[in-house]
Amino acid sequence: MNKIFLVARREFLTRVQKKTFLLTTILLPLLIFVFYAMIIYFSVKTNDNLHIAIADEANILNGKMNSKDDIAFDVIKNETIASLNTALEQKKYDGYIYIPSTYNLMGKDSLQLKSSKAIGIMTREKIQKRLDDVLEEKRLLSLNISKAQLDSIQHNNNRIKFATISGKTDDNTKAGLSYAVGYISGFLIYIILFIYGTMVMRGVMEEKMNRIAEVIVSSVKPFQLMMGKITGIGAVGLIQFIIWILIVVGLQLLLPLIFPDMLHQMQGQPIQPAGMQAAQAAQAMKDSGGMSELMNSLHQINFTLIIGCFIFYFLGGYLLYSSLFAAVGSAVNEDPQDAQSLLLPITMPIIFAIVIMTKAVNEPNSGLAVFGSLFPLTSPIVMMARIAHGIPEGVTLWELLLSMGLLIVGFLGTTWVAAKIYRTGILMYGKKITWKEMWKWAVRKS
Amino acid sequence: MNNILELQHLKKYYATQKAVDDISFNISTGSIFGLLGPNGAGKTTLLRMITGIFYPDSGEIILDGKKFDPINDIIKIGYMPEERGLYKKMKIGEQALYLAQLKGLSRAEAMEKIKFWFKRLEMESWWNKKVEDLSKGMSQKLQFVITVLHEPKLIILDEPFSGLDPVNANLIKDEIYGLAQRGSTVIFSTHRMEQVEEICDHIVLMNLGQKILDGTVADVKQQFKENKFSIKLRELPANNMHESFELVDQKGNAFTVKIKESYRSNDVLQFFLQQGVTVEGFNEILPSLNDIFIQLVEGTRAVSRAFQKVGA
Repeated sequence: MNKIFLVARREFLTRVQKKTFLLTTILLPLLIFVFYAMIIYFSVKTNDNLHIAIADEANILNGKMNSKDDIAFDVIKNETIASLNTALEQKKYDGYIYIPSTYNLMGKDSLQLKSSKAIGIMTREKIQKRLDDVLEEKRLLSLNISKAQLDSIQHNNNRIKFATISGKTDDNTKAGLSYAVGYISGFLIYIILFIYGTMVMRGVMEEKMNRIAEVIVSSVKPFQLMMGKITGIGAVGLIQFIIWILIVVGLQLLLPLIFPDMLHQMQGQPIQPAGMQAAQAAQAMKDSGGMSELMNSLHQINFTLIIGCFIFYFLGGYLLYSSLFAAVGSAVNEDPQDAQSLLLPITMPIIFAIVIMTKAVNEPNSGLAVFGSLFPLTSPIVMMARIAHGIPEGVTLWELLLSMGLLIVGFLGTTWVAAKIYRTGILMYGKKITWKEMWKWAVRKS
Repeated sequence: MNNILELQHLKKYYATQKAVDDISFNISTGSIFGLLGPNGAGKTTLLRMITGIFYPDSGEIILDGKKFDPINDIIKIGYMPEERGLYKKMKIGEQALYLAQLKGLSRAEAMEKIKFWFKRLEMESWWNKKVEDLSKGMSQKLQFVITVLHEPKLIILDEPFSGLDPVNANLIKDEIYGLAQRGSTVIFSTHRMEQVEEICDHIVLMNLGQKILDGTVADVKQQFKENKFSIKLRELPANNMHESFELVDQKGNAFTVKIKESYRSNDVLQFFLQQGVTVEGFNEILPSLNDIFIQLVEGTRAVSRAFQKVGA
């Protein structure tokens, strides 16, 4: 045990002390964050600052049109198209809408916005929505519906709601969020398996090619060397993830400070069509818009369960696959290209798992999803998709426990097999090794 | 004299060959032992069993009077394999510390011993350098220090001098003598016979996985001597033929003769003395280990062995 610790410590320290570790751990998420922040910023921010004149000759708007955000409406009167055109040329306005005195609210005529320059899609939608809302209200009022009736219609949420038998609400936002959480966590585990698995493989290959393997195995058992390497690199992965999570959380708190008006704008956006939320969320929705609805659904997802399971499946999946990666690394000779073909049988189930995962995230209880979440080679990825839907909606408790048990058995199994391959491979030079031979080493009695 | 290591009927068969086929020998404490053999004779496999890397298929290894226990006896052994290497990117001091701790030394002990050895071999300035900055000879020296710094009772060196210049080779050779004097036993594995002749007390020659020769260097030479003598005379004798010997070679006044059976060297000497010539030199020519090695190994299927199946 002590020697496994010594090996693990070296593996951990040499990696953590490298400059590339600092770069990938701290700089990479920052870069990704900045990248996304830019995308969000530019897509949300419309710096058109349009000034639009509405020549309301039919007096439909009663001189009333709210200016909001960066689109300013000016309701004016007694203008002709010619005078508006000159005003446009003089850059008095960025555009105008001419409502002729003959305009009929119930008619089929549509209004036209003329502008001096092209208007962005987001801005167009905003203008369209605002005008349509106003005109719709006017139309309804003109049909002798009182203002009070209109308000009551608009605030009456009698759409169909979804719930499960356990009594929990299961609205669309939550389902969508479960989908996203399941997908992201499944994908993260997929990436982890590859990144740290290949890191283990490279480490083993390095030891073999440097010819230090024999020096070391005269002091420690090959199994201790392999386990030390796996635990050391696993610790690097864990630390890296904790740092990433801290950075993400920290940046999220920072976000409103960097873009103070962004959240406000996001709330102004029609993120969700109104009336999709659970009854108790309706009031909150009315107060502060889509974000709070999202937050509300976030609270409904059992994050303790998900994070707990994520860590378990992260470790289980990593241990299961990293020993296989180590076995492949030990079999590779001078030519790193050999690794490619030997890796195929390992990467296949991982890719297969991703395919099942994308299915399971939609139908957490389908036969394929159940199989995928129990089979140890795919369960770390597939189970995350199911667990995001919660217990017992996505996965029953006994299925979860069985899957965890099978994963533990699975990783003990792969470690045992891999250790036998590793022990032989690490001291074998010069020969190109095939899976058939590796299998022989694995089943041979020690 | 007691034995540090006793091997009893060790066997290790691979799928395609009998790498070590029933080998037994003893190594006495404090001696310098040479394990010789052509490429592919099974030396490395044998050494890997002695160092606990491989388990023998059958047979016993007795280390220091007790059955060899690979996990706990590792600290008694220092092994420098032929295929040696170090972490290229790791600092030399840290690397030595790490490998010493893997052997089982505590950090403080390891530190103290590394300092001692680095000072002794003038390597103190290397501490913060990386292995990739060292020349081949320098890293060889480092490897030697790493092998012996925990003062193992049994030191196993596989081709220790390859890549070393004569100065450093002598330095290492002196250290090996020193270690032997302080009670360590050294096993050499090499095919450089002149080094073996110079350094080793006791040798075993392996071929095809079997022991074909075992004894002290002097005994082995005696065993393989051909009764050849070199004689240097001041002037040419009138007669250089006699029933007691056969003339093998003549270069001016120097003769190489082979003494026939049932005669002694004195008979030859007497023959020349009777003729009144002055004998300037008279030496027995013992075969070199190199000759013995070639004589024993040549013609066997040593080279092609690796490609043959067991029983073929």
